Amino acid sequence: MKKIRQIIERMVKVMLTLSGSITSLAILLIIIFLFKEGFGLFNNPSVEKGYALCINASNPVEYLSPEQIKQIFDYEITTWDEVSGNREDIIPFRFDEIFSMYPEEEFGIDYELLPEKLGEVIVQNPNIIAYIPEQYLLRENASVKTLPQENIRVDNFFGGKEWLPTATPSPQFGVLPLIMGTLWVSFFAILIALPLGMGVAIYMSELAGTRIHKLLKPAIELLAGIPSVVYGFFGLVVLVPLVQKALSLPVGETAFAGSLILAIMALPTIITIAEDAMRGTPRAMREASLALGATRWQTIYKVIVPYASSGITAAVVLGIGRAIGETMAVLMVTGNAAVMPNSLFQSVRTIPATIAAELGEAPAGGAHYQSLFLLGCILFAITMLISVSAEFISKRQHNKGI
Amino acid sequence: MKKTILTTVVLIVALFNVQAQRIKGSDTMLPLSQKTAEEFMKINPSSTVTVTGGGSGVGIAALLEGTTELAQLSRKIKFDEKNKLKEKGKTVKEVIAAYDALAIVVHPSNKVSNLTREQLEGIFTGKIKNWKEVGGANMPIVPYSRETSSGTYEFFKESVLKKKNYMSGIMSMPATGAIIQSISQTKGAIGYVGLAYLNKDVKAIHVSYDGGKTYVEPTVANAKNESYPIVRPLYYYYDAAMEIKVKPFIDYVLSAKGQKIVSEIGFITVK
Repeated sequence: MKKIRQIIERMVKVMLTLSGSITSLAILLIIIFLFKEGFGLFNNPSVEKGYALCINASNPVEYLSPEQIKQIFDYEITTWDEVSGNREDIIPFRFDEIFSMYPEEEFGIDYELLPEKLGEVIVQNPNIIAYIPEQYLLRENASVKTLPQENIRVDNFFGGKEWLPTATPSPQFGVLPLIMGTLWVSFFAILIALPLGMGVAIYMSELAGTRIHKLLKPAIELLAGIPSVVYGFFGLVVLVPLVQKALSLPVGETAFAGSLILAIMALPTIITIAEDAMRGTPRAMREASLALGATRWQTIYKVIVPYASSGITAAVVLGIGRAIGETMAVLMVTGNAAVMPNSLFQSVRTIPATIAAELGEAPAGGAHYQSLFLLGCILFAITMLISVSAEFISKRQHNKGI
Repeated sequence: MKKTILTTVVLIVALFNVQAQRIKGSDTMLPLSQKTAEEFMKINPSSTVTVTGGGSGVGIAALLEGTTELAQLSRKIKFDEKNKLKEKGKTVKEVIAAYDALAIVVHPSNKVSNLTREQLEGIFTGKIKNWKEVGGANMPIVPYSRETSSGTYEFFKESVLKKKNYMSGIMSMPATGAIIQSISQTKGAIGYVGLAYLNKDVKAIHVSYDGGKTYVEPTVANAKNESYPIVRPLYYYYDAAMEIKVKPFIDYVLSAKGQKIVSEIGFITVK
């Protein structure tokens, strides 16, 4: 009998260890996958893979930055001397245009004559810059010069201010506006939610009667159960026009509307955890404080709040986590304009909204796809940083208290 | 015994495969394919047609991998895609099922009702920033765009912006419904939606592609007689080897009944 029990106990132990290690392994694998996919981005050329930029050999230009390439094809740079070339107008040429220049039959059945035709066009136009697939490049043509390819650079990714991932020929992956947008919206959401949430938590744990508490608690928990897309819809139809009219703004889809929605969504988390922490204050401490002649308010802010500070920090961190990772509601109310935020009353684009909106159509394995994974890595790093620092703070406070 | 079961299973699967066809691709075409598939199955109860969206690019990828029989695209097949299919030994055939017109919409209170293509290009690339530059009130222009994953986004970029990039930091909305909602709430707003989505909450702009000589209102009639310029064909693509399998459905879409569904949904018929 005893032996059987021992065996069962050992088996349970092994199973528990196993499930624990499987969970940690799964998390580790997810992180490795995320980072592997993400950092693959920097092995991609800055011009779309499989394509090359060609110019006439008589053109002295040797190098163009991704930014310059984009501006040339947007007709913002119109002469070669702006990129250290001759004083001539630039003629941007996209591959598709060849099909409107020659009839289809002239390319041959398997397009075997296409390279020659492309070569012809480049030779005839000394000021051309042609964006063509590498497979149709005529290698031995001496009067065609291919611009050197460089990979997407780390500093362009983290320092770039333009997010145009589907621009051809040179997509722009500047994540700075996205990171700033995410932090901006979350920061103001917490700024709104923290005082409100703390107020409600104090009221519920210290001041409210049993009956009101019984009524309020499920109501707040219900608030956490509403799907985020419903919040987003509510935000778009009710909050956005309200913000626009009340503040007479040109646009209602602003960071402010996003912060408001996120604040509402983070409230239940903050309230529940903070309240639980305050309720956890030992009865002896409260009574001692009251016995020493402290009023109810003095007890709250001198005894209970400091005692519950680690729980409150946890509440704030979880609230921030909720705000930073929130996708759907923000996607619907912030307008998703990828600009550097400099005011609260302006449209912003957040990282989760970008991933959600763009992953569907980004071709698997391409630069755009990998850049979205890298955005996921950045999001992961931000939440990690927040939780680590929160742990650090709460630990320090605990030591001081004792 | 086992053998008989196996053969019946194989037979059933084979039979099922002959009758079943899958359609995948553009979300714009989703209502059209769904509705025609429903009606088609009513007439031919033995066949099943499943329709899924995901975007035009997804449709072509599925055709490439053989996980769909028909790909629905709201743009023409790209040269690369055609090449990839050719490498796999597939020659695609193209059928135009309907046409879709894009309407440029503004807030109903906006005085501006005519715009040229050049002005639209200026607005969406960020060069024109105030309505007074195009004959309206002194009020900042707020352009709304779709997300980059949308075929409509690509088509607008190609047709109106002549492949230039949208201004960086344009407002982008996840769905056409959201664009209509935002524009009806925002005084200085401008955006683009499919003709079928036009309603009285927004005002449609008359567009000129000839430098301001004639401005054409976006209506089904104008799109049909080709005077309205921002019109795109909606395609079905399939592997030529699969022709027998998909032909009945395609024929149904192009038939009088199928084209009636096309105009009910708000697209423009082929004929």
